[in-house]
Amino acid sequence: MVTREQVRHVARLAKLSLAPEEVERLAGQLGEILDYIALLDEVESDTGEELTHVAVPERPLRADEPGACLPRPEILALAPRADDETMHVPPVLDGGGA
Amino acid sequence: MRPVGELAGALARGEIGSLELVEDSLARIRELDPKLHVFLHVDEAGAREAADRSDARRARGETLGPLDGIPYALKDNIVARGLPSTCASRILEGFVSPYDATLVTRLRDAGAVLVGKVNLDEFAMGSSNEHSAFGLTRNPHETSHVPGGSSGGSCAAVASGMVPLAFGSETGGSVRLPASFCGVVGLKPSYGRVSRYGLVAFGSSLDQIGPVARTVQGVADALSIVAGLDPRDATTATAPVPRYETGDDSLLGKRVGVIRELLGEGVDPEVGECVRRAANECEKLGARLVDVSLPHAKYGVAVYYVVSSAEASSNLARFDGARYGYRAPGVRDLEELYTESRSQGFGDEVKRRIMIGTFALSSGYYDAYYGRAMHARALIRDDFARAFEAADVLLSPVSPTPSFRIGDRMEDPLAMYLTDAMTIPANLAGVPALSLPAGATSSGLPIGVQLQAPYLREDVLLEVAGSLEGALGWGPLPALVAEGAA
Amino acid sequence: MSWETVIGLEVHVQLNTRTKAFCACPNRFGDPPNTNVCPVCLGLPGALPVLNDRAVDMALMAAIALECEVQDTSIFARKNYFYPDLPKGYQISQFDRPLALGGRVPIEVDGERRQVALVRIHLEEDAGKSLHAEGDRGDTRIDLNRCGTPLIEIVSEPDLRRPEEAGAYLESLRRIVQYLGVSDGDMSQGSLRCDANVSVRRLGETVLGTKTEVKNLNSIKAVERAIGVESARQAALLEAGGKVVQTTLLWDDKSATVRPMRSKEDAHDYRYFPEPDLLPLVLDHARKKRVRAEIPELPFARRDRFAAQYGIPAYDAGVLTASKDMADWFERFATDAGDGKTASNWAMGEVLRTLKEKAWTIAEFPVSIDGLVELLKMVQAGTISGSAAKTVFARMVDTGRAAPELVEEEGLAQISDSSEVVAIVDEVIAGHPEQVASFRNGKEQILGFLVGQVMKASRGKANPQLAKEILHDRLKSGHPA
Repeated sequence: MVTREQVRHVARLAKLSLAPEEVERLAGQLGEILDYIALLDEVESDTGEELTHVAVPERPLRADEPGACLPRPEILALAPRADDETMHVPPVLDGGGA
Repeated sequence: MRPVGELAGALARGEIGSLELVEDSLARIRELDPKLHVFLHVDEAGAREAADRSDARRARGETLGPLDGIPYALKDNIVARGLPSTCASRILEGFVSPYDATLVTRLRDAGAVLVGKVNLDEFAMGSSNEHSAFGLTRNPHETSHVPGGSSGGSCAAVASGMVPLAFGSETGGSVRLPASFCGVVGLKPSYGRVSRYGLVAFGSSLDQIGPVARTVQGVADALSIVAGLDPRDATTATAPVPRYETGDDSLLGKRVGVIRELLGEGVDPEVGECVRRAANECEKLGARLVDVSLPHAKYGVAVYYVVSSAEASSNLARFDGARYGYRAPGVRDLEELYTESRSQGFGDEVKRRIMIGTFALSSGYYDAYYGRAMHARALIRDDFARAFEAADVLLSPVSPTPSFRIGDRMEDPLAMYLTDAMTIPANLAGVPALSLPAGATSSGLPIGVQLQAPYLREDVLLEVAGSLEGALGWGPLPALVAEGAA
Repeated sequence: MSWETVIGLEVHVQLNTRTKAFCACPNRFGDPPNTNVCPVCLGLPGALPVLNDRAVDMALMAAIALECEVQDTSIFARKNYFYPDLPKGYQISQFDRPLALGGRVPIEVDGERRQVALVRIHLEEDAGKSLHAEGDRGDTRIDLNRCGTPLIEIVSEPDLRRPEEAGAYLESLRRIVQYLGVSDGDMSQGSLRCDANVSVRRLGETVLGTKTEVKNLNSIKAVERAIGVESARQAALLEAGGKVVQTTLLWDDKSATVRPMRSKEDAHDYRYFPEPDLLPLVLDHARKKRVRAEIPELPFARRDRFAAQYGIPAYDAGVLTASKDMADWFERFATDAGDGKTASNWAMGEVLRTLKEKAWTIAEFPVSIDGLVELLKMVQAGTISGSAAKTVFARMVDTGRAAPELVEEEGLAQISDSSEVVAIVDEVIAGHPEQVASFRNGKEQILGFLVGQVMKASRGKANPQLAKEILHDRLKSGHPA
């Protein structure tokens, strides 16, 4: 069971704005999906390995040699709003960051 | 409609030119795409240019590889410099990548000709290709049915003869499933066999790019070109890439493991019949059938939806309207920039997955969901290792059912997720797997069977698949195509 | 009511690699905005991180130098949050499996030395820069040059008790990373950054009080001041019966106050999980051995050796080891001069004063060590007086010319020929009968005046030591009559 408040909380974390009917619908759907995922409760979890990476570390790391960067005009051309040097975003009206 | 291998031969013998192939391809796209909606972007000029260069190389007498001059299509979540890459999402509508995926670079160096970008489920999240923001793709064999997803465009492109070769991507079966539904060969390489640099990330620990073609030979030729260590992708394997061969029609000495858990109830009788027939043919070719078990495979879907959604929720955080992609108009502050751009730009399925993933990783839930999923994933990987002690390859259905009607599973996300139950374990364990056409339903819907091999043993996989293909024949030609030019 | 302040410091150190942590873009400060950016650090769809080998070496070097338990295998993790200077929407960092655990940082306060315990050290990437418009109204501009710069985060235990200790800790860390060559450790440039966790409790209490995190500390002084202000604020609050709320505060150096950072309550759920695009980092024996061999003599060890080996006071040794460049320079100078004490006097005096005046680093100091040694030897030989040498030194700095030439040219050579000095002494004795009589009658301190007269008569050129001796002899022996 997933409550509407939980849905709104998660939506805030994920920076999604949901209409009330979406919140309602998602609460139902997420609830069903998470109930299904609860199947995993059967799996023993105190012992045994946690598989974080399928691949095995076996190759050397990257040498500290400079490579090509993207030309600045190409970078800024991608941005919805920019000047010659930087991309622009609307101001933070709330203290953000980490 | 000729397969890659035959076309390569014809090109080599000078019977046709690459430009001619490209014109054929473009003509077929013009004819069929209005019905099927496969392509999101066709690069006519670029394709013709590349074809010309290939023909010029051949005219100069240069020795050319098996893909030189061959037209191919790219799933729109793989970036190519100068071409749009939308991932079938509004949030990337109009986004033109300034860089090439390693795959694209390697294919260009091999002389292959990129014709265009094909449709997918938005951000590769889906099993039917119904979740594209730019309209759904139809199954060429039966246009009222889905082609499967998320690489529906890639498989429909090959199945309908628009191109002999295409590349899709897998996270939970997204190449094998549509390949099965469309009657073509689709391969998911081992995790780390093919570079992911330039593949827009969905489930980073699961994603792989996979080739799609009418024959095992085509897929093998493609893999030989694109596989291998990439300095730009730290997860690629160092193991050398052989020239993959397709076998000599004998399976003598091979042990084919039939996966017990995947042939039980819930499997459509016609699907079961195809698998049994395939198993039979294996025996006739000299293989020994063994019974294997993957006892933890039943947790696969649950593990997959936790892991892939968690990774996706993080991978898709970069789509925020700030540096590229869609920015919602009229946003007044940073918070609005994020929430409005993302909410307007992402489709429902994508939002659902982001929500699941964010929830699973959020404070207080990590151990119950992500932690447990990682444990179960280890168990599934171990199941495969044990199965491969008893068998050289594993045989099973690709999906419990053949293709379904458009709209049938859209109201029930969970039902849609269970479509992937048989393909997901290979992604979780990182082993290579392939879908091979193995028959059709009475109404003409293709049915594929799945072969899986040990980690980095694509050689065994392709060898067995090639031999079995000899016995089963190629996938059927869609009526749509047979009606028109051959 | 006696309050004890408890301080823990989180320090981020930028590593001096040539390229960024996860891509091959140049790791350079001061370039035009967005000119050192590629698909990876821009966070373009499809881009992937690849770890910088040298960043690993540098992090490992710091961990070994700070006596940490290096973890043979560590895992990268994603720290997820939204901010304009964080293109991927997550920072690649390390969470529950960091590169190193434990460790210690030596500090010295009021002449007493002790070790401050560390919790851990881990590797991560820096974010870009958000350039906010004035007044909160206009667009924020984003520069991603810094995005992806490799950092190590060094977390201390809440082991510090006074602002001075915090200052000493930062100074010590700065020197160590600078000696190791892994970073400039310069707070003013941002290559060393510090956040302070501050709490207070009653003296004698063992349980920790609620802590606040203070950010925006841009110098060691700021750190010390902020800790003072915040601990006082907390103590006053608790005295008045209030409760300390666990928040993040921003330090405002101008007004010397802290103010809360406005943020939503759930803004800090970072949803850490293992970074799937980077494989576990395995540090093998060969790498550890190689890196360990690269570690030079560390600041405190060098300082103690300077004091012992060159016979100089602890304070001087401390000043001369403030930077590795300075220490290396002094070592060569003292060795070539063959006299540590004299070399130290010159270094602490004229050299450092000149560096400060001209805002030079020791690397920019124009006088060669050979030249300086030459000057020193002239003083030792008595060729010039100590005060003349200072004049010559200043001329050497300005003109770049060698001491002997300058001494010759300006006639600064000291008169050390006894007979010449005797002549001047006799003149002075002759010219000051009263003072001479005074001396002979027992007023011995008048010798100083007479030495001064000899110096004056010789226009400063007489060797003062010699003048004093000869004057003393003449006066005592009654010469000239």
